[in-house]
Amino acid sequence: MKALALALTTWLIALPVFAGVDIEEVTTPGGLTVWHVEERSIPFVALELRFRGGASLDAPGKRGAVNLMTGLIEEGAGELDSRAFAKARDALAASFSFDVHDDALTVSAKFLTENRAEALALLRSALVEPAFDDASIERVRGQVFSAILSDAKNPSDIAGAAFDKRIYGTHPYGSDLSGTIDSVTALTREDLLAAFAATVARDRVYISVVGDISAAEVGPMLDELLGELPEKGAPLPTVAAPVFDGKTVVVPFETPQSVAVFGQPGIPFDHPDYFAAYLLNVSLGGGGFESRLMDEVREKRGLTYGVYSYLVGKDGADVWQGSVQSANNRVGEAIAVIRDQWARMAESGVTAGELQDAKTYLTGSYPLRFDGNGPIANILVGMQFQGMPLDYIETRNDRVNAVTLEQINRVAREWLKPELLSFTVVGQPEGL
Amino acid sequence: MRFFVTSLIGFMLLALPAQANTKDFVSTFTLENGMEVVVIEDHRAPVVTQMVWYRAGSADEWPGTSGVAHFLEHLLFKATDKMESGEFSATVARNGGRDNAFTSYDYTAYFQRVAADRLELMMQMESDRMVNIRLTEADILTEREVIIEERNQRTENNPGALFNEQKRAAQYLNHRYGVPVIGWRHEMEALDLDAALAYYKRFYAPNNAILVVAGDVEPEAVKALAEKYYAVLPANPELGKRARPSEPPQTAERRMVFRDARVAQPYVSRSYLAPERDSGAQKDAAALTLLAELLGGGTTSYMAEKLQFETQKAVYTSAYYDGDSLDDTSFALIVVPAKGVSLAEAEEAMDDVLVSYIERGVDAEALARIKMQLRASQIYARDNVGALANLYGQALAIGLTVEDVQAWPDVLQAVTADDIIAAAKRVFKVESSVTGYLMTPKGDAS
Repeated sequence: MKALALALTTWLIALPVFAGVDIEEVTTPGGLTVWHVEERSIPFVALELRFRGGASLDAPGKRGAVNLMTGLIEEGAGELDSRAFAKARDALAASFSFDVHDDALTVSAKFLTENRAEALALLRSALVEPAFDDASIERVRGQVFSAILSDAKNPSDIAGAAFDKRIYGTHPYGSDLSGTIDSVTALTREDLLAAFAATVARDRVYISVVGDISAAEVGPMLDELLGELPEKGAPLPTVAAPVFDGKTVVVPFETPQSVAVFGQPGIPFDHPDYFAAYLLNVSLGGGGFESRLMDEVREKRGLTYGVYSYLVGKDGADVWQGSVQSANNRVGEAIAVIRDQWARMAESGVTAGELQDAKTYLTGSYPLRFDGNGPIANILVGMQFQGMPLDYIETRNDRVNAVTLEQINRVAREWLKPELLSFTVVGQPEGL
Repeated sequence: MRFFVTSLIGFMLLALPAQANTKDFVSTFTLENGMEVVVIEDHRAPVVTQMVWYRAGSADEWPGTSGVAHFLEHLLFKATDKMESGEFSATVARNGGRDNAFTSYDYTAYFQRVAADRLELMMQMESDRMVNIRLTEADILTEREVIIEERNQRTENNPGALFNEQKRAAQYLNHRYGVPVIGWRHEMEALDLDAALAYYKRFYAPNNAILVVAGDVEPEAVKALAEKYYAVLPANPELGKRARPSEPPQTAERRMVFRDARVAQPYVSRSYLAPERDSGAQKDAAALTLLAELLGGGTTSYMAEKLQFETQKAVYTSAYYDGDSLDDTSFALIVVPAKGVSLAEAEEAMDDVLVSYIERGVDAEALARIKMQLRASQIYARDNVGALANLYGQALAIGLTVEDVQAWPDVLQAVTADDIIAAAKRVFKVESSVTGYLMTPKGDAS
């Protein structure tokens, strides 16, 4: 064992040389900004679009409109009805996916070099002239109802929704973006057209293109794709003011294993302490088997299959959040252990060894993310969305490495708030 | 698996199987002790994935010890002669990587994703735990609680998962595919050190393992490292032939109703016993793969067209077939009825669709679209070398060869409309089927 340990330390010296991701910022003749990477080895292109605002742009009383509208974008466009559109897409072997979350409507597309023009023309028609025909509206509305009803009986979904409502209140983040049976029932075609006009506009779109395409081709391609979209969408929503009371609230639900969501105030990405907090979270509950929460709750006590903490950065709120699942008769102990670890971390922070481990993990794993056209396109659009500079990738590991033990432990004292750590527990927990 | 089990794929998830005609950048060789090695090159990023697959899964367990294959998988992250408990994953993390493992009916696999220059360290550690684990009673007690919480999370808290478990048990009369990978709860509670070690000693050996290395590596360099770390391990002469109980003729249609207050969306499902991919004989499985796509592979499929668009009796339909199995697999259908449509009506509509599909025959355009998508999926698959590693590892673990994997795209392209209808007629036999209703309790109007 000693011999192996020695061998291991020699491995830790050199970190990998960073993978060259050569990003070019292209401004299209029509004025759109695109981040582009040319990668010619596989004959396809990955395209990502992200429209800021997303489901938070639901008009008052119209909760679920943006979500239902998003589900309809691909259900017929121009001359094609829903099935004709799907057949045309499948015949090209293109893939388009439309999704929506609290802060953005996202479009992910992949298409082959051999039929790129046809695939883009089809995508363009979905984005510029979606049909929103009555038959499709009713069909997709039925699917949304099915999802709403399912979420209402799923303990993890119930926990997430109850926690969000508790901390965000009446802000859009405080309610499920699918809406309710009543609100979705009341939505009209006009509401969906209004939601589309509010959400899908040129003034809020972020774009990345990665793969078998040159920079010179990117500009005309995007102008053709998005040139006819409206210039402006609806005003972006106001920020939220999440509230944490530090209590444990139980939502009764008959199921053998309780699901707990917990959280306290978070930290904005542009704050100087962000990277220290990010490293701190790796040691606290950041997903590895080595985190303190995983070690104490799972490895030492066998109380759960998984316990995690993570920094949630929304446009209008920052929350330090986590989750755990444990049998009804054991979840009380799991929560007590988490509260105790949270308080210990706030009080005494991490050791030099933990900080070093978190740094080598974060810096070493960063290049591993850039391992395909699809993943790279997704990262690039996310960087723009978060306001990162073009050279962020090259400087990111330096920012991680710059965090000192003194800084991270000051951040632990100042930012971790055990007294505000609020739990929402769904199930039949004993002794809570 | 420690975090997630791909073997327990939800019914609702359906995608075209990843195909890859990858002859150009795949090389293979076998070590002297019988361990097979597959190297897949992708030099776009300085990353490597190492996977070690054992030809041993839950269906290889002894009766009464269900869940032991998966339990042992958890225990392989504990101490060895050379490493402390937890040191394996901690070392991977300190090197900027992530590791995990998963267990299915036919195999157990361990993997790490890490910077390419750390491959030797990964091999050193993975080869160590193939033969050197040192378990304590304390490990057993704590980790058993963890797998029971895992069962709670995946199965007990999810009526759909409980329903699937009962359906599989009804589908297989004799084969251990009818026993859940995670284990029956009462047997999991009794799993002990002896059961775990017996499984380990029998199945964990280089002559029962496949090494897959994918990413920014050269085959010669991988070979040198594999010789150094894996070739030195002794083969297990007691391994024996991989033979498991097979199904008798199935002669009785099975019907079941599962009720749970947590059911939000009732549905009907039907599964039929079906042949799997066999080495050198993949044609039937290819026909069934295409049949599943044509019948229930998305919005352009026949079931969606008839039941979601035309009659609007369903909000969701799907057909599912996975031929990647060592022994007989199943072909499954699901119909989630629209509001106001009963499960009996949904089942009748599903049966009508099956009958009319066989009568009407395969739509040539639909078949052409799917073949085009399969061709394209070979291009898209090259963007994800980790998925390719999975594809090869799984195939070899279920008795296929590298040649079978590389022939598969052509076998799929060669399937004709007649092949598909003939395969449908052979598989859709009521006496080998299980029909299940997932419902709310009687008297529950919700």
